[in-house]
Amino acid sequence: MTKLKKVFCKMKQAILLLEDGAHFLGRSFGADGTAIGEVVFNTSLTGYQEILTDPSYKGQMVTMTYPMIGNYGVNPNDMESNQIWAEGFIVREYTSPGSYPRFAGRGTRSEPLDLLLRKNNIVAIDQIDTRALTRKLRDKGAMQGILSTQNFEPNSLFQQLKTSPSLVGQDLVSQVTCRESYSWNQEGKFHLVAYDFGIKQNILRMLVEQNCRVTVVPARTTSKQALALRPDGIVLSNGPGDPEALSYAISNTRALLGQKPILGICLGHQILGLALGGRCYKLKFGHHGGNHPVMDLSTRKIAITAQNHGFAVDPASLEKDIEVTHINLNDGTVEGMRHKRLQASSFQYHPEGSPGPHDAHDLFKGFIGQLSQ
Amino acid sequence: MPKRTDIRKILLIGSGPIIIGQGCEFDYSGTQACRALKEEEFQVILVNSNPATIMTDPEIADATYIEPLTLEIMEKIIEKERPDAILPTMGGQTALNLATGLFDAGILQRFGVELIGASYEAILAAEDRGIFKEIVKRTGLSVPKSGCVKNMQEAIDLQVLFPAIIRPSFTLGGTGASIACNLSEFEAAVREGIAASPVHEVLIEQSLLGWKEFELEVMRDRNDNVVIVCSIENIDPMGIHTGDSITVAPAQTLTDKTYQLMRDAAKKIIRAVGVETGGSNIQFAIHPKTGEMQVIEMNPRVSRSSALASKATGFPIAKIAAKLAIGLTLDEIQNDITRATPACFEPSIDYVVVKIPRFAFEKFPTADPTLTMKMKSVGEVMAIGRNFKEAFQKAIRSLEIGQMGLEPTHLAKEDLMERLSCPTYDRIFYVADAMRHCITLDEINAVTHIDPWFLGQIKEIIDIEKELSSIPLYMRHVPSLENPFYQLLHKAKRAGFSDSRISTIFGETRAPVMNVAAWRKQVGILPVYKKVDTCGGEFEAHTPYYYSSYDQECEANPTNRKKVLILGSGPNRIGQGIEFDYCCVHAALAVRELGCEAIMVNCNPETVSTDYDISDRLYFEPLTFEDVMAIVEKERPIGVIVQFGGQTPLKLAVPLTEAGVLILGTSSDAIDRAEDRERFKNLIQELGLRQPESGITRDAREALLIAYKIGFPILVRPSYVLGGRAMEIIYDKEDLVRYMRDVVQPTDGRPVLIDQYLEDAIEIDVDAVSDGTDVFIGGIMEHIEEAGIHSGDSACSLPPISLSESILIAIQDQTARLAKALSVVGLMNVQYALKNDLLYVLEVNPRGSRTVPFVSKATGVPLAKIAMKAILGVSLSEMGLTKPRPIAHMAVKEAVFPFLRLSVDPILGPEMKSTGEAMGIDWDFGMAYAKAQSASANKIPLQGKVFLSVKDKDKPQLLPIAKQLSELGFFLIATRGTASYLEEMGLNVTHVNKVKEGSPHIVHLLEKGEIQLVINTVGDRASQVDSSSIRKTVLHVGIPYFTTLAGARAALCGIISLQKGEMDVAPLKKYHQEKV
Repeated sequence: MTKLKKVFCKMKQAILLLEDGAHFLGRSFGADGTAIGEVVFNTSLTGYQEILTDPSYKGQMVTMTYPMIGNYGVNPNDMESNQIWAEGFIVREYTSPGSYPRFAGRGTRSEPLDLLLRKNNIVAIDQIDTRALTRKLRDKGAMQGILSTQNFEPNSLFQQLKTSPSLVGQDLVSQVTCRESYSWNQEGKFHLVAYDFGIKQNILRMLVEQNCRVTVVPARTTSKQALALRPDGIVLSNGPGDPEALSYAISNTRALLGQKPILGICLGHQILGLALGGRCYKLKFGHHGGNHPVMDLSTRKIAITAQNHGFAVDPASLEKDIEVTHINLNDGTVEGMRHKRLQASSFQYHPEGSPGPHDAHDLFKGFIGQLSQ
Repeated sequence: MPKRTDIRKILLIGSGPIIIGQGCEFDYSGTQACRALKEEEFQVILVNSNPATIMTDPEIADATYIEPLTLEIMEKIIEKERPDAILPTMGGQTALNLATGLFDAGILQRFGVELIGASYEAILAAEDRGIFKEIVKRTGLSVPKSGCVKNMQEAIDLQVLFPAIIRPSFTLGGTGASIACNLSEFEAAVREGIAASPVHEVLIEQSLLGWKEFELEVMRDRNDNVVIVCSIENIDPMGIHTGDSITVAPAQTLTDKTYQLMRDAAKKIIRAVGVETGGSNIQFAIHPKTGEMQVIEMNPRVSRSSALASKATGFPIAKIAAKLAIGLTLDEIQNDITRATPACFEPSIDYVVVKIPRFAFEKFPTADPTLTMKMKSVGEVMAIGRNFKEAFQKAIRSLEIGQMGLEPTHLAKEDLMERLSCPTYDRIFYVADAMRHCITLDEINAVTHIDPWFLGQIKEIIDIEKELSSIPLYMRHVPSLENPFYQLLHKAKRAGFSDSRISTIFGETRAPVMNVAAWRKQVGILPVYKKVDTCGGEFEAHTPYYYSSYDQECEANPTNRKKVLILGSGPNRIGQGIEFDYCCVHAALAVRELGCEAIMVNCNPETVSTDYDISDRLYFEPLTFEDVMAIVEKERPIGVIVQFGGQTPLKLAVPLTEAGVLILGTSSDAIDRAEDRERFKNLIQELGLRQPESGITRDAREALLIAYKIGFPILVRPSYVLGGRAMEIIYDKEDLVRYMRDVVQPTDGRPVLIDQYLEDAIEIDVDAVSDGTDVFIGGIMEHIEEAGIHSGDSACSLPPISLSESILIAIQDQTARLAKALSVVGLMNVQYALKNDLLYVLEVNPRGSRTVPFVSKATGVPLAKIAMKAILGVSLSEMGLTKPRPIAHMAVKEAVFPFLRLSVDPILGPEMKSTGEAMGIDWDFGMAYAKAQSASANKIPLQGKVFLSVKDKDKPQLLPIAKQLSELGFFLIATRGTASYLEEMGLNVTHVNKVKEGSPHIVHLLEKGEIQLVINTVGDRASQVDSSSIRKTVLHVGIPYFTTLAGARAALCGIISLQKGEMDVAPLKKYHQEKV
């Protein structure tokens, strides 16, 4: 009988419960615990490590629509920040990368994903029907969910979930921004101040490639403090959650308009939109993936872009001086805008990719071009 | 950008007969392209010599030419049709070569025809390895270094990285190729190589053996938008042709960073090469340890991989490529699946796709089964699952090679490592066996270079297998998903285990397969069906394209309509190819025309039938009883159609009937009555028809008795084989003893069938349709080659050339009687032999046959569609089909063979060896035959020297042929025996030595190109071996040849017709409209 027990010992379980009462019972492959967050799905086939370490996922639990995750492990080069920010991780099947150290670039070694999850104390579930979950989120919209390896009692989980706040109106940026400003690098032709609303490191890497020296500053840095650093331009970074909750960032940005060229990315784009007097609204289930077609309306050219946002700028709310420069071909939402007079432009998608295509890398070049004029 | 208005008429080139490396995927792409162009209101002219294609159906293009794909013929068609443009990217290498040939000959320029899809320059840049490498290097990407050198200094200056392959130039059969891993080995190899080469030259190339291999499917529009439709990872590493590799989509083992670098590289390459619109396939190699990337090659056209990518993602590459070619841009084309988003995106998939190639080595025992850079597979299967294990095991059982999963090979552990190091078609089974023997994954990786992730996945399958074999069966008595027994069963099903495989592991006697199915069903372990939707569930999908998985939510949503399930034909193989897919597609179209719902089940990604808009619903699933039954239980069709997909669905007829499923059309009992020897014999006797004498035995001694009773020669074969496997003509006692000892024993004493062999009889094929009351004779075909050559390998003529009116009437009468006696409803094929004016029934197949598409194209009557309608109750008289339709033209079908590619002797026999067919159509037989030969790369010459070498028995019959050849202006050359015979008969013949008689001999003459035509027949095995070097040389040099006198006689007709006037071209409709 001992042998039997050994072979058939029960796998460690985990449960995901959604605010509509639906639940999914699966296997736990991360840390022990209970996590709450908005459940979103991401359609990227690769890049789970970059996704998990993207601070924009603060407050959210990510479902990967691609069913086999973990195949190539994780490695130091693919971190977008120094920790995992997503609240929980949901996949169809977790797999480990196999026995030998896999190539990960620049001589680094890879390790299994489940190890990283446990180190970061992140709860993770697999062996559930992620496609059914995705279809539910698509039809009903993003929902709050609770993921647990400890409590399997739906009623009590549901109570716990109901008491947790929704993403709307929450300032999540304060939880992910840096405490103090720091210099990302020392050399560069242009000096940029980057507001850290939850910045992805690849944005910084791309700016360095464009011969920039970047100073990263906390989200609450005032316009005066920022200007005192004598930058050639300002970057508003990506980040998590609802832009309307960030009144400080909106007013700081408003004060910087016209003073220095401004580039907004993702949440930074929404903050710029609000600073320019526009409105934002929540999308049904957001854009999370690496295959979104975006058209540059001036050239009619299309870039396949990486996206990760739940809110969007309402084009009807933008005043005349603001031009919508890019749109999403799937649903026509605003993907880029430009103020005709005040050197300010922004993009809803991620030109830095990571994970995702490099089609929009040139946007950084365009911004730097503005600085040199 | 809107579509172009400066072009109206587009010529599309097909890929010709099915050969290894160019299969039915180009029917799929060409058909899609034609439909897309017509949808955009362009006029489409189509040329293809392959009648067994959907694209050559009269309603697909505006004008269809079934003509040889040669420059002369193309020029004539262009002159006649005056197209504005040619789309050459849909017909494989054949179409690309023709397009560049037309340009080189100045024909395109003369008629002002533009190449769309890929320009001449782009085709050259991608196809010429030297130019391609230069272009890639200029973009900053790296390619494996290579070069030809004549001395050591040049060799060292090349700076090729180690390991390097050194090949002496111009030595036969690649002798002397060696691998060098360091400088001293390199120097030695170069020195030896230069010495070994007759021109003192070696080719040096960086070896990428063991690197990981990837492919990207890229699309570009004229606004320079580029998307990657799909990434494909080869499980088998570099060194094995991708067509012969097991592949997976999407790539599984690349980080996003590496993948994006590859994506960037693909974009750079398609731009640099200058493919302005359409799809391309680009191959990459990645070093498993360093991550270094090398660009291998590019196809500036749709390909086998793009067909796979289309089926794997739901993104119809050929259709979109055709629309891009006429100027639309990706954002202007809608994604048919979501109907809300544009085609300008990169599909995201939420499943795993596995493709496994299908080989035919059992047909060619002398071919080398090692997998190399030269493709050898004849078909492939694809399977979809929610994880790799599921997709992989589904793919294995889709192959129809008798494996219902990763079954053990029972090879001893000592022999395993050797098997692992040599890539063969079945290596993956040895990999699994190695794991069963606890050989570590590291060790397996070291010899196979298969990525550890894949090995880990296979290991998980083996681990589940071990769990299954150790769980006590008595545990099943508590039917609950809480019970570990059922949890394990669930786990196994989620990993793709078939009931049959589980039953084998449990022990078939203790756990018969039906029990396993019942056990899991009682606790609700059932498959669900998921949609292929291009977007990972992000948008609502409107395509009814499904695959099964053991998951929670089922999306199938069956309708309440009257529906018919059509079973496809599975992987292409010799004996069962595109012809059956053609029939299945017609069946689906007919079902829909009658207002019923057509549901298709198939697992072959190369086919038209697996296009999601051919049927109302498509299930991409293995064609096994378990998988089909699950669909039947979900969909509840009125019945299942098994008669269009060849043997694959036919094998399921009896089990499906036993499970209570209605087989539509001819009953499974009637099928059995035609297949079962005894029952069939009785039927023939009842009807008072004639059949060659026969016997059946398991015993060698009894076989001899039967043979003496019947009289030699006899035809022998094991029972229940397809395509004439192991079938032989036996002339004497010794040969029969050998056959019973060597061929039969290994097949576990299954009975051997012995038939009287009707030597020099004329073979006749008939395709007919019956509605249960009336019988419509679709076509009577007379074989060119005599009975005894497999009907699939024989050329044939429709209408017959030499049959008398009374024989034709007898054939019609006997066919109708057979159909009625068997209560055939649907298609039926009968094979007759005619000897001394006596008609013998050789075989009756109450199902669609290989010749159905040929007959349909030749006569203009779509037999398969008619049959399907008859099955659904529309009578032949309602369809106006009471009498056979006379035709005023001649159509000839010719088979094509893989002899050259597999390096085997091109001798025809009762075992089928051809991979495909071509058709020639014209007003007289000679010209139609000449066209068919030309279309199958055996172009009949008008003058020159003929080499004659025939077996003694054939000599008298050779005389008139030789005489006529001489009169037509040919010079005769023959070896001693044949030469002296012909000289005695008064002909002028030049002598030439046999090879064993010493040089200068016949092979020298052949190699020097001094012979324009070869007629060579052989008798027994010994003489076959003697003369095989002649035939091999003929194949390599590409000299037209005939290995039967019947073929030679037909060729004579061709020569006479050709000498009277050139080949002319006409669209198919013109032939069909001509009144008799």
